[in-house]
Amino acid sequence: MKFLEYQVKERFRAAGIPVPDGRLAKTPDEAALAAGALGPIAVKAQVPVGGRGKAGGIKLAKTAADAKRVTGEILGMTIKGYTVKEVWCETAQDITRELYLGLTLDRDARKPVLILSAQGGMEIEEVAETHPEAIAKLHPDPWRGPLSFEVRDLIFRAGLGPLQAQLTPLVVKLYALARSYDAITIEINPLALTQDGGLVAADGKLEIDENAMFRHKDLHGADESEEDPLEAEARRRKLTYVRLDGSIGVIGNGAGLVMNTLDLVQREGGRAANFLDIGGGAKAEVVHSALELLAGDPHVKGILINIFGGITRGDEVAHGIIEASRDLNLKLPLVVRMTGTREEEGRQLLREAGITPEATATGAARKIVELAAGR
Amino acid sequence: MSILLSKDSRVLVQGLTGREGSFHAEQMKAYGTNLVAGVSPGKGGSTQLGIPIFDTVVDARQETGADVSGIFVPAPFAADAIMEAAAAGIGLIVCITEGIPLYDMVRARAFVTDAGVKLIGPNCPGLVTAGQAKVGIIPNHINREGAVGIVSRSGTLTYEVIQGLSQAGVGQTTSVGIGGDPILGLSFSEVLRLFKNDPATRAVVMIGEIGGSDEEAAADEVISPGFGKPVIGFISGRTAPPGKRMGHAGAIISGNTGTAASKLKALTQAGAQVCDTIEEVVAAAAAAVGQRSGAVPR
Repeated sequence: MKFLEYQVKERFRAAGIPVPDGRLAKTPDEAALAAGALGPIAVKAQVPVGGRGKAGGIKLAKTAADAKRVTGEILGMTIKGYTVKEVWCETAQDITRELYLGLTLDRDARKPVLILSAQGGMEIEEVAETHPEAIAKLHPDPWRGPLSFEVRDLIFRAGLGPLQAQLTPLVVKLYALARSYDAITIEINPLALTQDGGLVAADGKLEIDENAMFRHKDLHGADESEEDPLEAEARRRKLTYVRLDGSIGVIGNGAGLVMNTLDLVQREGGRAANFLDIGGGAKAEVVHSALELLAGDPHVKGILINIFGGITRGDEVAHGIIEASRDLNLKLPLVVRMTGTREEEGRQLLREAGITPEATATGAARKIVELAAGR
Repeated sequence: MSILLSKDSRVLVQGLTGREGSFHAEQMKAYGTNLVAGVSPGKGGSTQLGIPIFDTVVDARQETGADVSGIFVPAPFAADAIMEAAAAGIGLIVCITEGIPLYDMVRARAFVTDAGVKLIGPNCPGLVTAGQAKVGIIPNHINREGAVGIVSRSGTLTYEVIQGLSQAGVGQTTSVGIGGDPILGLSFSEVLRLFKNDPATRAVVMIGEIGGSDEEAAADEVISPGFGKPVIGFISGRTAPPGKRMGHAGAIISGNTGTAASKLKALTQAGAQVCDTIEEVVAAAAAAVGQRSGAVPR
C-alpha cells in the first residue's frame, strides 16, 4: 500500500520527525485560504508517483492570489495516469542543503538497510550510480534495531558529522516508524537543512508490505484504483494480474511459468497483454473468472492458456475453459497447452469441445501469435 | 547420495492438521518419506494419517528424533513456526507458506542463522530427493532417480523441468525450490555448493528469475571459480517490465537491479550453459549427463 505525501507527513509529524506546516486543498479557494494563513507556500499535487516536479505538479505561490491561480492549473492535471484531485499547500522552506534518509529491505543481506546520503533531492538510485561514495548504509539488527552509536557511525561515514546531534534521533525515529508500519520503503527526500539550521522532511514516501496488511486493517493509503481499471478488477476477483502492453492474453499457473510464457510469446514474435497467475489448485470458477477478465480487455486479440498440473488438475481447468468459452461466447482465438496431473482427461474434454490442445509451450506460443496476427 | 534430504531423514510437519498440511503430508508419506510427527498446538496426543501429533516442536523432536520440518502454517504464524523449529534444534526447515510479512521474515532469518540451521523458502515448493523422500508440494509422479540436481526460485517451472527430464529418461538427485520471496533462507550459492560436493550429482540445472541478485552472486562466487560440473542456467521474466511485481513477491526489477539481462550475462560469463526454453534445458541436461534427450524409452 502506498501513501500520498501529506499522509506520510502526518505520520512523520506523529513520530516526532519535523515537517513543514501545511494544509490540504481540494479547490483553488481552499489553497488561497492556506496561503493566507501560512504565507508563501509550495503547492504540491497529491498523487502516489514520483516525478511530480518535472511534470509541473509542484509550484511556488507567494500570495493568496498566486496560490489560487497555480492550484487551478495543478488540479485536474494527469501525472503518470493519476488525475490530481487535491494539493498539499505547505510553508515554503528556505533550504540551504538537501540530504537523503531512507530505509528499504536489502535482499542480498536479508535485512533492512538504512541509507543516508549528503546528496538529497534526487532519486537515490541515481546517486548510487553517479556518487556511490556519497551513500552510507547501516544494516540494523532486525531484533534490536539501530543503536545510537551505530547511527552516529553512519552519519560520520556519510560526511555529515556536524549534524550528528540532530540527525541521530531522526534516524532512530524513522526506523521505529518503518517497523511499526511494516514499511518496505520509507524515505525522507529531501531531508532539508534550512536557513535557521533546522532539519525538516520536505518530502516523504511510504510503502507498506502487502503481506502485513492484516496488522494494519485501519489504514487507508492512496487511492491506486485509477492506475488501471483492469488491475483493479483483477484485484476484486483475487487474481494475480499485471497489465502489459501487447495483444496476447496469457493465463497460467505459477509465477515462474507465467513469466516464461510471456517470454515465449515474445520469442515467437508476439507481445503479451498481461501476466495472469491462477495459482495452485485452481478450480474451474477461477479459470472462468480469469478468461472473463481477459475477454473484457479490448487490447486482447487472442488468449494463450499454459497449465502445468501439480495440485492443479487438468480436467478442472478444462471445465473452466469450456464453460467460460460458452458463457462468454468467446470469439477470440484460444490456444491451450496442458500437462501434468489429469492431462489426458483435460485434453480429451477440450478436444470434445472443439479446442485442440498444443503439445508444447513453445508450440502453443507460436500458434497463438499466428492466430492473433492481423486481427 | 543426494543433498539435504534422504530416506533416512526423520520428517515432521508443522500445521499437519490443517487443510494444506494434511493433504501434502499424505502425499509426502505416499512418496516414501519417513514422516514421524506432526505439530499442531492444542492437538497434542492425537494422531492423523497414523502419525502422532505434538503440541510443540521440542516435544516432537524429543519423542521421535525428527531432524527435518516442513511448515504449512498460515502466513501470520509462519515466522514463529520457523523459529520454533530452529530453537528445537531441527537441522533443516522447509517453509512452504506464502505471504509472510517481510519484517517477520528478516527476524526469523536472523534467528535461523544464529541457530546455525538451514532454512529453505519461504514461498517455495520444497524439495524432493528422487526415489527417497519429499518435503513440500512437488508432485510425486514426475520425479525419477538419476544424476541431475535442480535448484529453482519457481514452483511450476521446476515441475516442468523435472517432468521434461524424467520423460527424456534423465533422472534427478535432489530438486530444490528455494522460493519466490525477497527474503529467503538458502540462496542459489549455498545450494550449488552442496551439489558441487555431492558425488551423485553430475550436472545442475539452475532456474532463476528476475529480481534481486542471487543469480549473479551464485555465478560470481560458486560457478565462476570452477564448479567442476556442468551448470545449465535458465532465467524467466526476460520480457517483464521494470517496477512490476510478477506474481512472486521477489520477482521485480527495481531500477537497474534484478534484470534478466544481468543474470544471463553473469551466468554466461561464469561458464554456465544458458538456455532460452525449458525444452533446451532438458536437452542440455540430458547431454551433460551423457544421455540423448528422448533416447531412453519411457
